[in-house]
Amino acid sequence: MSDVNTAIDAARLRRARLNYLNVSYGVKSWLLTIDHKRIALLYLASVSIMFAVGGAFAVAIRLELVTPPGDLVQSETYNKLFTMHGVVMVFFFLIPAIPAVLGNFLIPLMIGARDLAFPRINLLSWYLYILGSAFGVYSIVNGGVDTGWTFYVPYSTLYSNSNVVTTGIAAFIIRFSSILTGLNFIVTIHKMRAPGLTWFRLPLFVWAHYATSIIMVLGTPVIAVTLLSVIVERTLHLGLFDPALGGDPVLFQHLFWFYSHPAVYIMILPAMGVISELVTAMARKRIFGYGVVAMSSMGIAIVGFLVWGHHMFVSGQSTYAGMIFSALSFIVAIPSAIKVFNWTATLYKGSVSMQTPMLYAMGFIGLFTIGGLTGLFLAAMGLDVHVHDTYFVVAHFHYIMVGGTIMGYLGGLHFWWPKMTGRMYPEWWARVAAAVVFIGFNLTFFPQFVLGYLGMPRRYHAYVDEFQVLNVMSSAGASILGFGYLLPAIYLIWSMRYGPVAVANPWGAKGLEWQTPSPPPPENFPVQPVVVEEAYDYAPEKGVVVV
Amino acid sequence: MPPGIPLFPDGASTMAPRVDALYLFLVALSAFFSIIIFTAVIVFAVRFRRRSEGERPPAILGSLALELVWTLVPLGIVAVIFVWSTELFFSMHRVPPEAMEVYVVGKRWMWKAQHLTGQREINELHVPVGVPVRLLLTSEDVIHSFFVPAFRVKKDALPGRYSILWFEATRPGKYHLFCAEYCGTKHSAMIGTVTVMEPAAFQAWLSGGAAGQSLASAGEKLFQDLGCATCHRPDTLARGPNLEGLFGNPVRLADGGAITADESYIRESIVTPSAKVVAGFQPIMPTYQGLVAEEGLMQLVAYVRSLQRPAVAGGPPTGTSVQGAPAGPGASPGPAPPGQERP
Repeated sequence: MSDVNTAIDAARLRRARLNYLNVSYGVKSWLLTIDHKRIALLYLASVSIMFAVGGAFAVAIRLELVTPPGDLVQSETYNKLFTMHGVVMVFFFLIPAIPAVLGNFLIPLMIGARDLAFPRINLLSWYLYILGSAFGVYSIVNGGVDTGWTFYVPYSTLYSNSNVVTTGIAAFIIRFSSILTGLNFIVTIHKMRAPGLTWFRLPLFVWAHYATSIIMVLGTPVIAVTLLSVIVERTLHLGLFDPALGGDPVLFQHLFWFYSHPAVYIMILPAMGVISELVTAMARKRIFGYGVVAMSSMGIAIVGFLVWGHHMFVSGQSTYAGMIFSALSFIVAIPSAIKVFNWTATLYKGSVSMQTPMLYAMGFIGLFTIGGLTGLFLAAMGLDVHVHDTYFVVAHFHYIMVGGTIMGYLGGLHFWWPKMTGRMYPEWWARVAAAVVFIGFNLTFFPQFVLGYLGMPRRYHAYVDEFQVLNVMSSAGASILGFGYLLPAIYLIWSMRYGPVAVANPWGAKGLEWQTPSPPPPENFPVQPVVVEEAYDYAPEKGVVVV
Repeated sequence: MPPGIPLFPDGASTMAPRVDALYLFLVALSAFFSIIIFTAVIVFAVRFRRRSEGERPPAILGSLALELVWTLVPLGIVAVIFVWSTELFFSMHRVPPEAMEVYVVGKRWMWKAQHLTGQREINELHVPVGVPVRLLLTSEDVIHSFFVPAFRVKKDALPGRYSILWFEATRPGKYHLFCAEYCGTKHSAMIGTVTVMEPAAFQAWLSGGAAGQSLASAGEKLFQDLGCATCHRPDTLARGPNLEGLFGNPVRLADGGAITADESYIRESIVTPSAKVVAGFQPIMPTYQGLVAEEGLMQLVAYVRSLQRPAVAGGPPTGTSVQGAPAGPGASPGPAPPGQERP
């Protein structure tokens, strides 16, 4: 009799130790998985590779710009370098990074679900990503593309001799990966929340991804069609954009930015969601103004659709249209500002731990503040005329994309690393890396604001001598930044095998994902969780509203 | 920052101090808010650092008053910036009527300028100090952007249409001219110099060198060579509208609409004549798309501009070279250009 009991206990113990990583082995068990957690890791590997590729292009760009003449590579090569840096980073890294890795892994866990609503479509999204990347890599090894990531016509349709069509196909395919991911998230968040998890108890990470998904589903088809029309115009001379055939090149810019400006919010909103999680967990505190932070994500998603014309103030767009776009661009800055104020207020009277995720969160708040404020310079039409298409713009969007999105992504990766891998990262190295990234980033991109106001146009292979000092500073910073990115790549991989074993909830954080083992079992939760409290309910007593 | 690092560009136009003022205001504003946020984050993170693992600080749910403050105060500030910057932008589009004209074509990878007196320059532009200059911009191929950092002005030059940029230089000197819209292989070599000269020196520059014929007379020659005069003539045999006194005046169109005859309209009527047919005429004119280069089109525009309605009854106007030659830098043949571009 006791033998039977021991056998049952042993089986229970084995099952308890089964997690999504060790439940099955072999290449097939990964490539055909429909487990959102494994798909998230597939994405993690793929976006990391693409980040390395895009980063390598950036290294070459910064090396070339150390000296004023174009002496390291040919002009054509340089143009391909910045184009492919942009294409790879925007389409293959920044847009998918947080949603497809962290969102995929965490949304079902955060809402107490077993998986996303459509696990097979989730796997299909990854395969579309891989197919798109294959076309992208093919375009690169086949000689690259030189249109700029913006594909402006008529250069891309009539004049470029590079791989515009295959790159367009790559970006076209990968858009469907986004659309399907967005669709999957929307349905999952609507239909699969645990009992008791009402909309206003959702973690803000989920709200941010909900807003992002709406943009993905509504905006992405437009860019897909636009890229397709560039391909058709280039191959069949349709005359949509060619003025000689009665087309309008400015029409392309409208279509392109109608998606590509909201795409900025696809990149930054998920990072904002990450920061809301990091700040609350690291300060052990309820978010200040939950409803306001949640609704500001939705506000950004909606108003963000109506500001695209601020990319076109000097393009010959009507001055009155410019006025409307300028006003809306100022308005869309407000919800971002509100978030920053609320994160800051959340720290007040908290219990703030300065572990790595908090360092990244603080870095995000600082850099995003600068990135956001310099956005006002560009929304101001009379000033934008001077800084448009200069390094000021380059600096601004790198503060948002790199200072914002990548800081958020790295912070989130560290924060949820124990949950994803069951191992802790080395804290000391991680803090050093966070500091190196922050310093390297500012040294790289702050001088570019000054360069821009001095008048250095972007996408310049060679430049006039007086811009050199600032360019050397920027390149020096870039080498520090590159080193800062290399560190986590090394110690995170190291920690997967040698890191200390992580407990279920190493941060003492709230949120359903911390109530299941690390790494989670294949079915996420041994028993269906039921939610009985508000999000971030850290305090033992009821919260207060200050007046 | 140590000396040797440039922080601020030259300013050499009437617009420069106005743009700089807005820029410095925004820099100060950004510095102010950044310092508030950075200080708050760091002070809170240190002052409220975790002292023991068991700490459970009380929850603060939020504050409507604070939310309103940090929504409405930024809203008020951006409203001020919006009004300020929009006013500035509109004044960049209000061309002074006495502005001197220069026609500029962007082409991979050079800027070609034509003065009304006939001087042509490549990657150079000579202008007098203290005189508003109105550039009519277009492109022969892809999109370019005419950018003079010292003047704080920039405008895209698009294929198939005209755009307008104006400035008034305030200090003689040489300033960078850049192409700011990526245009292919030698984009970063599509740069040049704007030379601002004292009016007397500019007059000397205009009269020196091989000016050749004025822009309007070059246009007149094209007008004859292309056979335009067969139909566009002032007498009763005309099958096309008479072009004398046309420029700057309203035109009634066959579809019932009306349009002011500006440069864009004249260009469009040459390359796509069927787009806007003048009331009372048949759409019989063939297209000249591809037959005349952009510089030639600009010469034709300059010629049409120079065609005045004859002041006294008598024979049809003979040559127009006299009308086409401006008397000085401020002179502008034909009526004043429309004040604002495509409102």
